[in-house]
Amino acid sequence: MAEAGKIDPMHQFTVEPLVPLQLGGYDISFTNSSLWLMIALALVAGFMMMGMKRQLVPGRWQMAVEGLTGFIDDMVKVNIGPEGKKFMPYIFSLFVFILTANLLGLFPLSIIPGQHQFTTTSHFSITGVLAVMSFAIVLLVGFARHGLHFFSLFVPHGTPKVMVPLIAAIEFISFMVRPFSLGLRLFVAMIAGHILMEVFGSFIVNGFNGGPLGWGVGAISFLFIVGVTALELLVCAIQAYVFALLTTLYLNDAVNLH
Amino acid sequence: MDFASAQVIGAGLAAIGVGAAAIGVGNVFGSFLESALRNPAAADGQQGRLFIGFAAAELLGLIAFAVAMIILYAR
Repeated sequence: MAEAGKIDPMHQFTVEPLVPLQLGGYDISFTNSSLWLMIALALVAGFMMMGMKRQLVPGRWQMAVEGLTGFIDDMVKVNIGPEGKKFMPYIFSLFVFILTANLLGLFPLSIIPGQHQFTTTSHFSITGVLAVMSFAIVLLVGFARHGLHFFSLFVPHGTPKVMVPLIAAIEFISFMVRPFSLGLRLFVAMIAGHILMEVFGSFIVNGFNGGPLGWGVGAISFLFIVGVTALELLVCAIQAYVFALLTTLYLNDAVNLH
Repeated sequence: MDFASAQVIGAGLAAIGVGAAAIGVGNVFGSFLESALRNPAAADGQQGRLFIGFAAAELLGLIAFAVAMIILYAR
């Protein structure tokens, strides 16, 4: 931090190439984003491998994995019904990946000078792809199961004849907005939390550099940031849960119509 | 008024929406708690709907935040 104390909360979201690569005029460098995606993948794979030994009497690790799969399995069953079983792997991957990536973004790597962690889910290019993937699966399943009858999704049961064009238009807009709202929610929630933490972290540093009055500001900011960190852990879990839950709800629309 | 000041004022105005979303989120959880205490047996089954309501209310606050950031960093 410069001595002028200029707070630059957006710097933490920069994608920096670690290994520059070019292919056919496209920049396919191995960036810090790729690195943290790989770390998330390795963690999830390791966690699952350790718990999939299929022991008859499950150990602690297997209980943890079974608890997690059981949690998502319940959610899918409650929201889609028995037919939801085949979507369970996708929902599970979504939930576990988003949760891991969110939590990795809060990993306090910055205590090592010169290093800082990177939140992969704070970029719309990542969350947007996840959202579009969910939306594409909804469309595929919907059209495969119901054919053109899928369009009856836009006209809820019991709509008066006069209201049909208006309701259909509104339902269509709300349907098409889904991938944006899904991706936007996750990435903005992550960005907002990290900016908040960065700003108050800077208040602590600048406050303690700024004389007796500043010490008070720094101390209050420190207490505040402890609370904010706890809240951020909660938000990480809630956002992953909400993403998975909304995907199951949209899939339910596609599988069972209204 | 020069562009930079207008930008900061605009971002501040856009941030009002975040406060409005806070009222919405508080309302969602408050109403849930109120009715959950009246009928605790039915509370667990409604957890999914609680989070749908939370997500819908929160999204508008996050959009307000995104608009504030777009205004603040516009060139």
